[in-house]
Amino acid sequence: MTSSVDPQWVIQAHGLTKKFGDFTAVEQLDLLVPKGNIYGFLGPNGCGKSTTIRMLTGLLTPTEGTINVMGLAIPKQAEALRHNIGYMTQKFSLYDDLTVTENLQFIGRIYGIDNSTCKKRIDQLQSTYKLSQYQHQLAGTLSGGQRQRLALACACLNQPKLLFLDEPTSAVDPQNRRDFWEQLFDLSEQGTSILVTTHYMDEAERCHKIAIMEKGRIRADDTPKALMDNINAHVVEINTTDLRPLKQALISHIEVTSAAQLGHRLRVLVSKQVADPISWLLHQCQQHNHPVNLQDIHLVSANLEDVFVSHTGQRVPASHEAT
Amino acid sequence: MLNSIRHSYMRIHAITAKEIKQLMRDRITFAMVIMIPLIQLLLFGYAINTDVRAIPVAIVDQSDSAVGRWIVEAVKVTQVVEVTSYLTTAEQAQAAIRRGDIKAALILPPTLNEKIARNEPIGQWIVDGSDTMIAGAIKQLRNLSLNDIVPEQTSNQSRFEVSLFYNPEQRSAVNIVPGLIAVILTMTMVLFTSSAIVRERERGNLELLITTPIKPIELMIGKILPYIVIGLVQMTIILGLGNIIFAVPINGAISHLLLGTLLFITASLTLGLIISTIAKTQLQAMQMTIFVLLPTILLSGFITPLEAMPTAAKWIAEALPGTHFMRVIRAIVLKGATLGELINDVLWLVGFTVIGLWIAAMRFSKRLD
Repeated sequence: MTSSVDPQWVIQAHGLTKKFGDFTAVEQLDLLVPKGNIYGFLGPNGCGKSTTIRMLTGLLTPTEGTINVMGLAIPKQAEALRHNIGYMTQKFSLYDDLTVTENLQFIGRIYGIDNSTCKKRIDQLQSTYKLSQYQHQLAGTLSGGQRQRLALACACLNQPKLLFLDEPTSAVDPQNRRDFWEQLFDLSEQGTSILVTTHYMDEAERCHKIAIMEKGRIRADDTPKALMDNINAHVVEINTTDLRPLKQALISHIEVTSAAQLGHRLRVLVSKQVADPISWLLHQCQQHNHPVNLQDIHLVSANLEDVFVSHTGQRVPASHEAT
Repeated sequence: MLNSIRHSYMRIHAITAKEIKQLMRDRITFAMVIMIPLIQLLLFGYAINTDVRAIPVAIVDQSDSAVGRWIVEAVKVTQVVEVTSYLTTAEQAQAAIRRGDIKAALILPPTLNEKIARNEPIGQWIVDGSDTMIAGAIKQLRNLSLNDIVPEQTSNQSRFEVSLFYNPEQRSAVNIVPGLIAVILTMTMVLFTSSAIVRERERGNLELLITTPIKPIELMIGKILPYIVIGLVQMTIILGLGNIIFAVPINGAISHLLLGTLLFITASLTLGLIISTIAKTQLQAMQMTIFVLLPTILLSGFITPLEAMPTAAKWIAEALPGTHFMRVIRAIVLKGATLGELINDVLWLVGFTVIGLWIAAMRFSKRLD
């Protein structure tokens, strides 16, 4: 299992499948995560992101497939892996009835970090993650952003080479999310590989590489830029009135992957099989008794949400944050 | 090797320190630690009173002699009975019992003096046997010492004294209070630990904990250590107050008392840990605790002596740590026994703890599936 270890990959998984009874949560998933990268899993809730992370950390045993994380065969060598990874769970999993410092001390002792080193690191992490002023406050009384910084601080206490972050920003406001990502890039700069799951498009776009997941499968994976450049559809915006009936009419065509309203505009994904999407759309609008002027219809460049939709045929919740 | 032991110690210490902090902040639980033994002690000590006092009886003294009157006085002095009427025939007494006016009658025959001289049974108690507790109390009177009245009668003296050796006044508190330690420790120790791991699972702490290098056995030991101290505090409260309020004597050595209790505490804690690896919610943990607690109250010898139980019930009783501790604590507190004399029960508790910890650690998987 460890024979094909390539030092350029921090995570390698092949043919990963997880079934819970009749339900297949993850199906035939292949994954290569490059060292030092921030690698994102983008997908809606319930698409198998958390299940995949739990298999990669050895918490769940895969039904099929092989996993190699940092040269260790998982789940067999999961215990050895635990010293080298940090894990931030989706739900806040620190102790509400311990203070910020006490939570950090607890994790430090569990990892066997000696007292003086631990103290130094806790001070450092508390100042890095702006927790110093809350150090004597119970974790249960912190705000969403503060808790999430505490959870990240705890995950980093052991100075792991690899961080697993499962929807780290799901309960955090945009400003705090932005700060959080700055901190992730700092960690990445220091050589930490990060695997992060998200359902926010803007977050996915910040990753070095992403995998788009839907119903337990990876639909596409590449750098966000490559995914947007190579999108398998024309992205057209129509500026007109009475958008609802037009949208209904357009999405009945097989060539139209999706149509979404953005204020006064309709954003339409047209299959690459249509050579000239503008004239094709003008014609369709005419057909549906909804004539549109040429100056009101243009090709635009794809964003990540368009990529997501073109691969999955559905919109993600909370997609309004997209650029 | 040395390093791994040091890390192991650090992890156990981390868990223990965390448990203590959490416990101190959970005011209600912390109050329960003190209030459970206190309230239960008062409740059981006063309410569960198996001493029967002032049973209404009649006297049928057909001897009409000075000895007869002495015997009646001796019976009255026990306070077990209260003489409510004096009748002349056994038939009248039977009728009074049937009506429920009296629970028993003492019949002294006309030939009382001759019977005493011949060392025969001197009189007859006729008793309403429908209430076993009353019947038992009257049966005790059957052996009433008549030495003061008829000094030449010494044949039964030694047997009589042995039967009332450890609790001459036959107060039930003396028996109840040490037994209460077993019941309360079962309740609090099993309950605390049975919810300990389930709580971490419910609050989501466990998912983080199992991705750390902690070993299941370290987690188990770290979890039970603080509760050992709590258990000893509870024992001190019960025995201390039992001694002050109910005058329960503490005849055994304190060191044996502490060690014996320690063994039972660890046995109960491991039982709780096993439950916590089975239960999925705190409510389930609670129900399973009661499943253990009820037989401990009813079958361990706390209320009914083991000797009075059918064989199958005895087997169940012997499987409970509470039964073994009940014997140990009563023997040490009331009879001044040593742990050496109670070696079978001691070994059983030790074995239960070791095997229990092993089972709990085996059952606790660092996996989510």
